[in-house]
Amino acid sequence: MIAGNAWVDALVRMGIIGALVPVSVIVLTWVERKVIGRMQMRLGPMRVGPYGTLQGFADTIKLLTKEDVRPQTADRWTFELAPFVIVVPTLMALVSLPFTADLFVRNLTLGLFYIVAVSGLSIVGFVMAGWGSDNKYALIGGIRAAAQLISYEIPLVMAVLAIAMIGQTLNLSEIVAKQHNVPYIAYQPLTFIIFTIAGLAELYRQPFDIPVAESEVVGGPFVEYSGIRWSMFQLGEFVNLVLISILGSLIFLGGWRWPIGGDAPVIAQFALMFVKASVFILFFMWMRASLPRLRIDQLMAYCWQLLLPFAFLQIVINGLVLVYDWPSVLLTVFSTIAAAAAIWLTYRVAQQSGVRYQPGFDRVGSVL
Amino acid sequence: MATDYRVPVEPEMETLDINVNVGPQHPATHGVFRMILTVDGELVKDLDPVIGYMHRGNEKLPENCDYRQAIGYHDRTDYLAQFNTEHCFVQAVEKLGNLPVPERAEYIRVILAEMNRMSSHLMFLGAFGTDIGLFGTSFMYAFRDRETIQDFFEEITGERMMYNYFRPGGVAWDVPENFEARCEQVLAKVKRGLEDIDGLMMENEVVLARCRGLSTVSPEDAINWGLSGPMLRATGLAHDLRRAEPYSIYDRFEFDIPTGRQGDVYDRIVVRLEEMKQSVRIVEQALEQMPDGPIMAEGMKRILRVPAGEIYMRVESPRGEYGVYVVSNGSDKPYRHKVRGASFSNLSALRAMSVGRYVADVILILGSIDIVLCEVDR
Repeated sequence: MIAGNAWVDALVRMGIIGALVPVSVIVLTWVERKVIGRMQMRLGPMRVGPYGTLQGFADTIKLLTKEDVRPQTADRWTFELAPFVIVVPTLMALVSLPFTADLFVRNLTLGLFYIVAVSGLSIVGFVMAGWGSDNKYALIGGIRAAAQLISYEIPLVMAVLAIAMIGQTLNLSEIVAKQHNVPYIAYQPLTFIIFTIAGLAELYRQPFDIPVAESEVVGGPFVEYSGIRWSMFQLGEFVNLVLISILGSLIFLGGWRWPIGGDAPVIAQFALMFVKASVFILFFMWMRASLPRLRIDQLMAYCWQLLLPFAFLQIVINGLVLVYDWPSVLLTVFSTIAAAAAIWLTYRVAQQSGVRYQPGFDRVGSVL
Repeated sequence: MATDYRVPVEPEMETLDINVNVGPQHPATHGVFRMILTVDGELVKDLDPVIGYMHRGNEKLPENCDYRQAIGYHDRTDYLAQFNTEHCFVQAVEKLGNLPVPERAEYIRVILAEMNRMSSHLMFLGAFGTDIGLFGTSFMYAFRDRETIQDFFEEITGERMMYNYFRPGGVAWDVPENFEARCEQVLAKVKRGLEDIDGLMMENEVVLARCRGLSTVSPEDAINWGLSGPMLRATGLAHDLRRAEPYSIYDRFEFDIPTGRQGDVYDRIVVRLEEMKQSVRIVEQALEQMPDGPIMAEGMKRILRVPAGEIYMRVESPRGEYGVYVVSNGSDKPYRHKVRGASFSNLSALRAMSVGRYVADVILILGSIDIVLCEVDR
């Protein structure tokens, strides 16, 4: 309890998170540009502030003061409401997300369920933006977003469900508390892989940036947006990035508990969470800088033919182990085998579609 | 009156194809190319290419210039392979006018043309990476090495883009004294950079899954469409003008002609990548053999008049067969001047390769053709 009254307490906590989130988004945009810049042998932003640290703030001011353009033929309310429909659910999901043992707005008993349910709502915003813009690129992008995000929601939920089975709870604090000795990634490597890939797809980042593919649909649903409304999409994207990263570090990496224990000072807990979430975020940025984009049918096939069956397999494994009360090391064994199978299948599909061979070399000359 | 006996089927929901206009200002069209896609969802049912936005009269304008002034228009025809195009026109004039070319000038030309081939293919690899969604990484990798080549060209010609360095009878001025050392530096960098790009793109599972088997072209179709260059060699035909009809001094060098097997998008990338390695080989050999001596033929007139006649000269530019047809009536200006651009012929196969594919594939196919719109529209 920060304040005496429960309502005041909740408001104060929401205020803290509400202030932290935009700042963290501004910092993250800078970090992403710097990290990807380094990976591409560039410096990234260097002009505004030392090492470009103020670049994010400058961009924010620019976006806030830019004209808010709406195409004349756009469906007015759909167009103008879409950014809110994307941003609000992601901010709502933050309500039940614990950052440390004490730093949260409300520790819901159904926290995991709530987060998954609420963050799924933002798909509507993509379809609204795509439809309301009255632009064909936006329409294609919006429909792509709907297909992709809904499809990948399912393996994501299945992965979360598998964790809930192991933890026997949907309360995130309790899930973290149960990882006091061993983080769940040790028991559930397959779930971790599915969660990371599906999370990456939910964030529509490379290699899953099909809805916003720059070289195909030129930004997809966002193509007609500018200024503050466009920055709200950006806000939603980066809040989602933080959300998935923190969720992943909570349910797989032991949150603030493992390996320093539950009695560590708040600063240490926060630092631990920061490190764990940063691992996810940097991984996502690394993927962005190094992987090309999949095609929409390949993406859907990967979800429905590989991720989803394996997510079900993991749930069956968890069910068997829990029902027959087998030792939990069997979870590790089965899940690792299944993960190996999934990775092998992924590579086999890629190899089947084509291997690299040496080109022919001709010394004779023309055959024409 | 014919009667339609088919039972009319009432569709539950009517679907419409939509026309999507891609270009002339679109990140994937590599210039001001426009294509009107008729898409059924993600499938492309029809493709209508629209060209001509870049037309500047590059074939007509040289008819009002004398032969040396016309060289600059060839820089601007294919702005990624300027030395190759200059080489073509300059040789056409030399053959028509029976002009001798000193050995040293020939070697300088070949070295620069081959380096230009590398820089053009680097541009392709970088741009193709962004087409396939590589968020600029391949672009930065490729441009690092392309910049070294550009800097090198700038040291020699004083220009970064429109070099205008070759002349009928030789080259405009001699190369700097440190030419060979700089050349080796650039080659070393390019060789290392090629390995980087190779490691980044070619073994990548996503690239393989996207590009393998995409828009396979048979050798017969390739010949019928008039494809040339890497597009043709990707189908397995080892047709390279440097070998088929060795112009300049290309018969003195040892090099291989990389070919693909099925003519798909992946083969086109591999062929270009391997071609760069062969270009490195050619430049290395040329550097070894390069003699000293004059760089311009003796007794070149201030005003160059070539005897009446006509000639078609073609060279292997990075994009394929680049040809110049020059008719002279004995004056100091070409009477007729016609360019055969490889991009134009290669682009003409776009529709046949794209229809029935996904939208994302069409972007890749267009990227793999490696068009230069200035060469298409001229």
